[in-house]
Amino acid sequence: MTVISNVTCPVCGSLCDDLEIEVEGNNITNVRNACGMGESKFLGYASHRPSNPLVRKNGELVKATMTEAVRKSAEILANASYPILYGWSNTSCEALSAGIELAEEVGGVIDNTSTVCHGPSVLSIQDVGFSTCTLGQVRHRADLVLYWGSNPWSAHPRHIERYTNFTEGRFRHSEWHRYISTLSAYRSKKRAERACKLTEEIHEAAAETSTVLEQPRRLPSSLYEKERKMIVVDVRRTRSADIADCFLQVEPNKDYEIFQALRSLLRDEELQVDSVGGVSVEVLEDLVDVLVGCEFGVLFFGVGLTMSEGKLRNIEAGISLIRDLNQYTKFMIMPMRGHYNVTGANVVSTWQTGYPFAVDMSQGYPRYNPGETSVVDILSRGESDAALIVASDPVAHFPRESVKNLVEKPLIVIDPERNATSLFADVIFPCAVAGVEAEGTAYRMDRVPLPLKQLVKPPKSCLSDQEILRRILREARRIKKKAGEAMANG
Amino acid sequence: MLGLTVVLLTGRTLRQGQGKEYGKLSERYWKSVAKCEIDPDDLKKLGTTDGKAVKVTTSYGSVVLRAVKSLRGPHPGKVFVPYGPWASVVADSKTHGTGMPSFKGIQAVVEPASDLEEVLTLKELLLSHYGKKRGSQ
Repeated sequence: MTVISNVTCPVCGSLCDDLEIEVEGNNITNVRNACGMGESKFLGYASHRPSNPLVRKNGELVKATMTEAVRKSAEILANASYPILYGWSNTSCEALSAGIELAEEVGGVIDNTSTVCHGPSVLSIQDVGFSTCTLGQVRHRADLVLYWGSNPWSAHPRHIERYTNFTEGRFRHSEWHRYISTLSAYRSKKRAERACKLTEEIHEAAAETSTVLEQPRRLPSSLYEKERKMIVVDVRRTRSADIADCFLQVEPNKDYEIFQALRSLLRDEELQVDSVGGVSVEVLEDLVDVLVGCEFGVLFFGVGLTMSEGKLRNIEAGISLIRDLNQYTKFMIMPMRGHYNVTGANVVSTWQTGYPFAVDMSQGYPRYNPGETSVVDILSRGESDAALIVASDPVAHFPRESVKNLVEKPLIVIDPERNATSLFADVIFPCAVAGVEAEGTAYRMDRVPLPLKQLVKPPKSCLSDQEILRRILREARRIKKKAGEAMANG
Repeated sequence: MLGLTVVLLTGRTLRQGQGKEYGKLSERYWKSVAKCEIDPDDLKKLGTTDGKAVKVTTSYGSVVLRAVKSLRGPHPGKVFVPYGPWASVVADSKTHGTGMPSFKGIQAVVEPASDLEEVLTLKELLLSHYGKKRGSQ
């Protein structure tokens, strides 16, 4: 048995790089330090992977050789007038680099999953800039952490443990022990409530009042006392809210108003209302005091802001609040990136094309206009005539209108797993899993690049997605060259 | 029984995250996402209980999901569905010029499903929404 240490986890944007993986022969037998999602990936990776490439013939997917599948894919892409190349966030930077070359060759649109994740955040950052830092700085220095529209306990399970309130930093201590006390107090409260409900009369009274949202009238005093504080702002109580010092439940689609109200209060302006977005003005005033009073604050925001009404304007308001706060104290802001290499997808795309996502190569040069050149919009308008999906599952995660147009056209899928999209594919390439069976590079949510390790060897029939893309690119170049020569010869 | 007008929220859960890593075609995955967390009081108003099928309808489509009593109430008037194909078929594809569809804060109506309506498996769901031509294999 071999133990491989300092393994980077290829699941979420936290990109934990302290995993220890036990390998026996060519099998992973045990995983240490990973969260539930990481463990599921390492122990169950490629469990539904087909053994060979598949090509659809007469409506059925049949086994094909790699050469056959590459040729078919290259023909689809080279003959398409407006193909889309989408995905890229669940694989290495090297694969995307090859994908961009392919998009340029076939004149397609290359977009990554940030378009349905933090695309609006990118747009806002391009508009107004942002003050950010690395997670290492947060770990060692932050005394106030806000999670807004984000549920790290479920989406980035080790984020709090590794980078914020439960970690032992150089200048800040872990709040883990306090969490244990809070948890036991919470359990006692639940037990007491259950005991109360045994009395029918009390139960009925509780039922009548429980439709009113429980909002704190003032913020808890611990926010002024503790060394590391955590505030969660969300539209519903989450597991992350349970462990926070304070949870503010806001009304859906009201984040913009709340950010702007906080900015007004920060300027000592008086609000002519009692509450904003379901939060009383007194609480917002307290919150501003806490924000200004910290030494090093950080606001982590999730897709709760980007997917709600206002979208990029919500982020713009959030960034503006942080900019205002920096006149009084040190405050940072960072998006909670979902897929493990979605940041890398933005970074590599920017290096090679000048733009982070939604890049249209159909004119022979990169063009960027989210809303027009973004994949969901292209699909909704029914403009694309072929698609290459790499390490993603848009059929499961795009709205129905977009999916309808995606599945009607020729579809190529490169993915280690069978998924909803591959059920509609015309060509399927099973590939090696980046970070498990193939090396590469990925970017953490704070734009720190980390190496992905090869822990076990992939089956002989499975190449890395980078290699598959390079082969399709070579074949597409050959087809286009041949077509060009044929045209020149009349 | 008239439906209840609610705000639909979608999002990630730990089980959904584990399920997707285990395999999108696995029963473990679709059972983790084909559900709708409803406030306990709203469940009473609907006259249904935990585990029963409910239909969620928006301007963009409707889907049948398993009702789950929310453990983190109260959040009356809000229902939560984990990310996945079930949530996506009722999401708003309009991006308002940003590239991002609206997956959260969507107006919806929840009602108990009829006896003929049941929670579909992944393949059944895709078949019913996107047709037979390519979906069956």
